[in-house]
Amino acid sequence: MAKIEKRLPFWQRESFTPFVLLFPAILTLVLVVLLPLLFSLYTSFTGYRLIRPDSLYNFVGFRNYERIFTDWDFWVAFGRTVLFLTIALNLEFLFGLGIALLINRITWGQRTLRTIMMFPMMFSPILVGYQFKFIFNDNIGVLNNALQSLGLSDGAIPWLVDKHLAMGSIIVAEVWMSTSIFAILLLAGLFAMPRDPLEAAKVDGCNPWQVFRHITLPFLMPFAFIAMTIRSLDVARAYDIVDVMTGGGPAGRTELLWTLIARVGYDNSRMGQANAMAYVSILLSIAFTYYFFRKLIAARRYMGGAN
Amino acid sequence: MAEIKLQNVVKKYGQLEVVHGIGLDIAHNEFVVLVGPSGCGKSTTLRMIAGLEEISDGTISIGPQVVNELPPRKRNISMVFQNYALYPHMSVRENLGFGLKIAKQPEAVVADRVREAAEILGLEELLERTPAELSGGQRQRVAMGRAIVRHPEAFLFDEPLSNLDAKLRVQMRTEIKKLHQRVKTTVVYVTHDQVEAMTLADRIVVMKDGWIEQVGTPMEVFNHPLNTFVASFIGSPPMNLIDAQITGDKIRLSDGTHLPVPERLENHVREGQEVVFGLRPDDLTPQGHGIAENGHRASVELTVELAELLGTETILYTRINGSEVLGKMFDPRDVSPGERMTFNISLDKVHLFDAQTQKSVRLG
Repeated sequence: MAKIEKRLPFWQRESFTPFVLLFPAILTLVLVVLLPLLFSLYTSFTGYRLIRPDSLYNFVGFRNYERIFTDWDFWVAFGRTVLFLTIALNLEFLFGLGIALLINRITWGQRTLRTIMMFPMMFSPILVGYQFKFIFNDNIGVLNNALQSLGLSDGAIPWLVDKHLAMGSIIVAEVWMSTSIFAILLLAGLFAMPRDPLEAAKVDGCNPWQVFRHITLPFLMPFAFIAMTIRSLDVARAYDIVDVMTGGGPAGRTELLWTLIARVGYDNSRMGQANAMAYVSILLSIAFTYYFFRKLIAARRYMGGAN
Repeated sequence: MAEIKLQNVVKKYGQLEVVHGIGLDIAHNEFVVLVGPSGCGKSTTLRMIAGLEEISDGTISIGPQVVNELPPRKRNISMVFQNYALYPHMSVRENLGFGLKIAKQPEAVVADRVREAAEILGLEELLERTPAELSGGQRQRVAMGRAIVRHPEAFLFDEPLSNLDAKLRVQMRTEIKKLHQRVKTTVVYVTHDQVEAMTLADRIVVMKDGWIEQVGTPMEVFNHPLNTFVASFIGSPPMNLIDAQITGDKIRLSDGTHLPVPERLENHVREGQEVVFGLRPDDLTPQGHGIAENGHRASVELTVELAELLGTETILYTRINGSEVLGKMFDPRDVSPGERMTFNISLDKVHLFDAQTQKSVRLG
């Protein structure tokens, strides 16, 4: 047997089998992930413009990156994205927590409510964007109409034009669409929560708020951090809803990282520059993911013996 | 430290009544064990004392105060749960001190009390660990420590040992007993294990289907069960119960055996009464293998079907008129199945229950 085995070509040997079996997967990954990634990394070191394909070979070294560090627009968009992410995630966490706690108390119709709660997630972000664009429109929007009919405002409030209101309006749309992710994950946490420590805390002298603050909330935090990790990646790449509602305007007041990158890459066709920006932006996502994972691991460490 | 009084306490879930108006007086510093099969209402009763379940009717008072409407945090009681119920995100030290911290005790007091409790329970080495890093027995000790630090009016234990393995259970049982001797406090302890009840209790409360069947010291409950349920529930192996009838001054067992009615019960039975004859396996012993073979005795011939060796004693399985009857053989010798043996019955230890009411004839 040993003799025959020695004569086999290398790709038929047993020790090689795992690689043969993995080959299709590796090939696919190389073709659809690694090559485009390397290509985009390369272009970030060139002056590549979409309308002039030969500029692909115009190697400029770190000039694209140097330009970013002096580009005020980029850093404003960067900061605005961080702010957008922080506000949206915190609001979604608070609303999601509230909804989860309320639904957890319901005994009748809970399944139905859980399903209804997920409706906003079923719509395309583009459509959500259009819907809120209509709601917030200063002339024909439902919101202004309602405010005026109720006598709460007499003028047309420029929801999507005003510097602060526009960002707020986008946050409202984002929160409306994605709060249920937090609600679902936190509800799962509440379902998994053992009842005994809650009762022990009650006997130990806690009022309902203290039980929530000292027992329920710490138990839920790992679930919140999972939701935050998912959502921070989601929000950091926000493009569709912003593009539809304001297009990054007015005058760049709602410009986030990816609307800026898309503008530089496709509208101005400066792909090399856009790719350099994209690589810097990815650092932001990695930073947030790392931060939340650290929090998650810290919060989970003691949950090993939660039962 | 205080006495606990239950008066006509009822618990209903919707239409379903699970505790039917029970009354119980627990004295200052007394160790009371509620025991019964699952579903008998013992845990519900404990949870009503704790305030974790509302009561549907009646009153519960701790010390001089009626606590019907008080939330658990205002009752000044401590509870040890079956699943320990430690706070998973806190260290042992934080777990122990949590109740005091919530009560806004000064930090020095908290540290003092935690140290005291840790010392009593041997937890000094474990204070910085989280519950996940502790073994079952250690977690149970932390749970008890958490109960001690607050110096409550009463300790409530809800089947605290049922999650531990057999060896540890015996060890912790002893520790609880010692703990009660050290920290004199009123204790209400729930268990389904009659051995725990017998070993721990000052007084046992036997419950079944939401009723209290008997309250008494372990010896009272063991020696004078008020009905067939208590008779078969307390004691291991359980008491033999055989249908019988009173004919003249004899008890006629269902297989036709005649035994004299013990003198102390003579006045409690009447001619022709259908009774249940109760006899503990300890009092049905093969000739020459009893503990104290004096007093009034009778003897019967029985066939041994099975012998269960326990070392210092052997349990003998026999049959009287089709129903299984257990005897005990002290200082045992080898017994082979099918052997005919003469058994002594200690007539002084015979129990008689009315067949209709299932209550001891002494009550009637």
